[in-house]
Amino acid sequence: MEKFTRLDALVAPLDRANVDTDAIIPKQYLKSVKRSGFGPNLFDDWRYLTPGEPGQDHSQRPLNPDFVLNQPRYAGAQILLARENFGCGSSREHAVWALEDAGFRVVIAPSFADIFFNNCFKNGVLPVVVDGAVLDRLFAAVAAQEGYRLQVDLQAQQLRTPDGESIAFEVDEFRKYCLLNGLDDIGLTLQRAEAIGEYERRRRQEAPWLFA
Amino acid sequence: MGATLYDKLWQAHRVHEDADGTTLLYIDRHLVHEVTSPQAFEGLRLAGRKPWRTDSVLAVPDHNVPTTPRGQGVSDIVDPVSRLQVETLDQNCKEFGIREFTMNDPRQGIVHVIGPEQGATLPGMTVVCGDSHTSTHGAFGALAFGIGTSEVEHVLATQCLIQKKSKNMQVRVEGQLGPGVTAKDVVLAIIGEIGTAGGTGYAIEFAGSAIAALSMEGRMTVCNMAIEAGARAGMVAVDQTTIDYIANRPFAPRGELWPRAVAAWRELVSDPDAHFDRVVTLPAEAIAPQVTWGTSPEMVVAVDARVPDPQQVSDPVKREGMRKALAYMALEPGTAVQDIALDKVFIGSCTNSRIEDLRAAAAVAAGRRVADNVKLALVVPGSGLVKQQAEAEGLHEIFMAAGFQWREPGCSMCLAMNADRLEAGERCASTSNRNFEGRQGAGGRTHLVSPAMAAAAAVHGHFVDVRALETETR
Repeated sequence: MEKFTRLDALVAPLDRANVDTDAIIPKQYLKSVKRSGFGPNLFDDWRYLTPGEPGQDHSQRPLNPDFVLNQPRYAGAQILLARENFGCGSSREHAVWALEDAGFRVVIAPSFADIFFNNCFKNGVLPVVVDGAVLDRLFAAVAAQEGYRLQVDLQAQQLRTPDGESIAFEVDEFRKYCLLNGLDDIGLTLQRAEAIGEYERRRRQEAPWLFA
Repeated sequence: MGATLYDKLWQAHRVHEDADGTTLLYIDRHLVHEVTSPQAFEGLRLAGRKPWRTDSVLAVPDHNVPTTPRGQGVSDIVDPVSRLQVETLDQNCKEFGIREFTMNDPRQGIVHVIGPEQGATLPGMTVVCGDSHTSTHGAFGALAFGIGTSEVEHVLATQCLIQKKSKNMQVRVEGQLGPGVTAKDVVLAIIGEIGTAGGTGYAIEFAGSAIAALSMEGRMTVCNMAIEAGARAGMVAVDQTTIDYIANRPFAPRGELWPRAVAAWRELVSDPDAHFDRVVTLPAEAIAPQVTWGTSPEMVVAVDARVPDPQQVSDPVKREGMRKALAYMALEPGTAVQDIALDKVFIGSCTNSRIEDLRAAAAVAAGRRVADNVKLALVVPGSGLVKQQAEAEGLHEIFMAAGFQWREPGCSMCLAMNADRLEAGERCASTSNRNFEGRQGAGGRTHLVSPAMAAAAAVHGHFVDVRALETETR
């Protein structure tokens, strides 16, 4: 997994609540057996005017000029501002893979759906929870100022605005450690192989029907 | 203080806990399907790792499989990308020694239908799958939740997951459901009440006399949609209904293990003095058949109500969300739900494709005909065994005589990864779980309902109150 330490990047706004993972990456692209290449299909139904299928040359499809992320001022954005319950619905990790493949490393929202939130950390993407009032200010600032950037400092757990304001955010200790170091948590868990084996031996005695 | 059912399940599966509560949780049953597993198996291969416990894994292709005749096997999957995904699952299971019900195995079906049907889902288990509707299995007093592909790989490699405990919520439905009101209506009403993020950060236990009165099929329908209320896990305490359902299923304990298992399972209830961080109570009598009108499951009303008006809502984000939903759904505020006409009807999915669901739909379809304006009415059983049972009861003949199509098992038009889908602008009454934009096909419009309500909508061509059908002549 790619490390995440700090980022200074352009911010793009997506001002709607309950953005679900079907919207982030529609089902037809889930047929891929790969982990990469989903970027061109991020928000596919909103982004293009024509329906898309896997294997198509998406650069030839007409873009929807009304979709905010198609505005030239947001090209190259790596931070997405979003609303309540971002990433709800399906468990598809493809949603995070699509965001990451499209260049996004941070999503800022007042709340996230649990599975999506978890999937972010497995892919070097940082979900940042801020409260509604702070978020409203950030949305207003992004709209008012073309080229609006934020600094994200994971070690310090802070967002910094261009006018010097610092916004603190919470992040789980273990997840922070994994992100900062780009750690594969399977390797970490396997360091406890002995404890897992011991647990299994005990459970086999207590509840042998679980091991049929 | 006593423990909740969730507390007990969590406690029993802790392998290790850090000071900050980060827990290594042991996983008893890992269900695998073709869409969210290929990258996990590839990860194992790249790292030179092997599955920790292959006998804990059960795999099945369901999302991509055709529901049309498929006697030739995988070569009957027309779409080459879908075919490759199913073939990849077959190869991975072979390579890693994992038990799979392949596409034409009579036991094949939707992963959340076959687990319980086989007795592979048992009370007291932790059950995971790379699929958010894994919450279904919580109906058995199990801790069951959906995971992403990285976690699929993690469970394959270590038999564990790194988790933090959720908070406890109890949703009580007390009293007796009215005639024609089903488990689907109960869970839609719950989501309407607490919202699509109401359960985020919680594990929900569904309780109360109306839940206890539900069959296992009904409880699975309710737990299935816990995720649509934001909760990764939904569950129901073990009782005699649970135990009777499991007895004699292929993977269930037998012989001297059976009474031992049953004794352990009877402990899987919340203690009377257990603490819940949040309790929500709904009176069963107040629940009418439900119909969703928007693009989130929380956008739901009773069948005798009207489409709501965003103007009446003060929260600007919510109001704008409603406006966008109405525009997508091509509906005007104030429209009576029963005036909404339909193009297609889908009866199936991990929410409502079990035998009881098909019986309920067939009871409405019997002696009636699908309306002329309904281009396609699909019935897709949840598994090969559900299909066999339905055919033994003659349900397929009732459906076909009424003009429904009777198909092979799979996820089908719930998410349209196979050929079953809505075209842009088409409107569907669906027994599935998500009415998101484009869910059943780009530009398609989904209304979530119960199986009986879907069958009634099919024969009338628009929504009708299934409670009023009793008196209608066929």
